[in-house]
Amino acid sequence: MKRVYVNEEWCLGCHLCEYNCAFANSGKNDMATALKGKRIFPRIHVEGADKITYAVSCRHCADPICVKSCISGAISKKDGVVCIDRDKCVGCLTCVLVCPFGALAPGEDGVMQKCELCLQNGVGAPACVTGCPNRAIVYEERGEEE
Amino acid sequence: MKRCVIIGNGAAAAGCIEGIRSADAEAEITVVSAEKHAVYGRPLISYYLEGKTDPAHMNYRSADFYEKNGCRVLYGRTAVGLDPERKEVTLDGGETLPYDAVCVAAGSSPFVPPFEGLDTVEKKFSFMTLDDAETLAAAVREDSRVLIVGAGLIGLKCAEGLRGRVGAITVCDLADRVLSSILDAECAGRMQKRLEENGIGFLLADSAVRFDKDVAYMRSGKEIGFDILVLCVGVRANTALVKEAGGEVGRGIAVDEKMLTSLPDVYAAGDCTESVDCSSGARKVMALMPNAYMQGFTAGVNMAGGEARFDNAIPMNSVGFFGLHAMTAGTYEGELFEEKTDGTLRRFYVKDGLLKGFILIGDTTRTGIYTSLIRERTPLASVDFALLRQSATTAAFSPAERRRKFGGASK
Ligand SMILES: Cc1cc2nc3c(=O)[nH]c(=O)nc-3n(C[C@H](O)[C@H](O)[C@H](O)COP(=O)(O)OP(=O)(O)OC[C@H]3O[C@@H](n4cnc5c(N)ncnc54)[C@H](O)[C@@H]3O)c2cc1C
Ligand code: SF4
Ligand code: SF4
Repeated sequence: MKRVYVNEEWCLGCHLCEYNCAFANSGKNDMATALKGKRIFPRIHVEGADKITYAVSCRHCADPICVKSCISGAISKKDGVVCIDRDKCVGCLTCVLVCPFGALAPGEDGVMQKCELCLQNGVGAPACVTGCPNRAIVYEERGEEE
Repeated sequence: MKRCVIIGNGAAAAGCIEGIRSADAEAEITVVSAEKHAVYGRPLISYYLEGKTDPAHMNYRSADFYEKNGCRVLYGRTAVGLDPERKEVTLDGGETLPYDAVCVAAGSSPFVPPFEGLDTVEKKFSFMTLDDAETLAAAVREDSRVLIVGAGLIGLKCAEGLRGRVGAITVCDLADRVLSSILDAECAGRMQKRLEENGIGFLLADSAVRFDKDVAYMRSGKEIGFDILVLCVGVRANTALVKEAGGEVGRGIAVDEKMLTSLPDVYAAGDCTESVDCSSGARKVMALMPNAYMQGFTAGVNMAGGEARFDNAIPMNSVGFFGLHAMTAGTYEGELFEEKTDGTLRRFYVKDGLLKGFILIGDTTRTGIYTSLIRERTPLASVDFALLRQSATTAAFSPAERRRKFGGASK
């Protein structure tokens, strides 16, 4: 399946992917109303310091420990995509305790959220990838185990 | 066709079903479920009292789970015997279920010490099952005075769940602090404070000696009046079936990395087992939901004739009350690294160049990065540990390791 990959060498550390992610998942049509003056809760995070920066989001692991650990069965894998049923999540943070990539964090409402590849939010393709000015984030098939 | 029997119907059983099906689409699966419910998230019962979820959302798997996986579920039935020679499970009522492989996923039961006068208490409850939660919810009133015996995870979660529904809650425990099995006095103090700020009262280092209808007489001489008594003293692994069949049992049913017990073709998984904690090498009961699922899955694969091992179990907890979260994992031994602020506390324990355990309070962002260092036994020399102690970041890994983790190769 296609996954989001990051080329560290090309990342500018501009954090645009974080804004594009928050906007794509806001359900709003206009970026300013969605984000201006607000604390954003993106599902991708730019990490690193000084010279090296890169963005991290869910790896959609072949053997996802978040799915195996969720106390309410709210996380599942459908067609390779690891998704959260936000109506079931109770915010216990067990998934945060186990994800090796730190790819889950509560949203504004305290309910867990993570990258679902923009397949559920109507955007259709990862907004972080589409909006990356230096093509440092790509969405492609690299033959990894599903 | 292979006949698989699963005793119990909790998270370990669900893992076992999924494990069997990952290796064998045909095997016959029979689940013996003492509870009359499809598998649900047991820890959710306190969130249910709190109104954060409801029975319609507590199902651990989808409504078609058993059907889709071709399982026969015997609801409201209990396995009362296990005969490893004849390869049969005996049910209440006397009939037998022959098996080629069986998984004991029987969980644990509340332990009730023989308190004097307990039989005079009219409204007493345990807090383990959805039925317990529903009876408790029906019994409490807005002005109820609740006494909870036991300040462990279950007692405190019950207190949090009941807070908005009752008049007063007191929690008592023989230990001098809350969550005594996972937190030291300082960390426990921070959690206790948050609970107290939200109206939960405590009587610690004190225990009930005797009950008389609606009064608890404490060792300290105090007398506590109550309308509702909830007993959360502790749990005991349900080991009897394996023990009586001659299998090796300690505090839990002894299992190896394949979840095989000392009896042939008898597997066990979840809260009823004890296994090796890879952070310390000690055998222990690690009664936690993620472990239950992963053990069950491992057992299932092996029962179906596949090959699976689960060799990196550790105790790990995510515990939150009224918005304050604590996370703990592994073993607290070795050199201590500590960082503290008013609202946060981070403790890391290092031995033999490996992260062995941690306690985090307040800020638990991306804690899984630490947990995986323990479980994967990552040499700390290969990461920037000074950076990691400040915050959980993958920037602490070398670029090559990051490429391995993010760039293609699966973990
Ligand atoms: C209030 C509460 C809060 C918790 N919070 C957390 C948490 O936040 N995080 C966490 O990781 N863990 C938590 N736990 C622990 C977690 O619920 C358990 O680790 C997990 O449910 C274990 O799953 P299991 O399948 O091994 O056992 P169980 O879920 O206990 O299932 C075993 C089932 O087997 C049945 N059974 C027993 N004997 C027989 C028999 N002879 N025949 C037929 N059926 C039988 C039992 O009735 C039971 O339904 C909590 C537990 C409680 C009670
Ligand atoms: S949330 Fe974490 S554990 Fe789950 S699939 Fe994504 S990267 Fe893997
Ligand atoms: S926080 Fe939500 S998604 Fe994460 S483990 Fe808890 S219930 Fe599951």
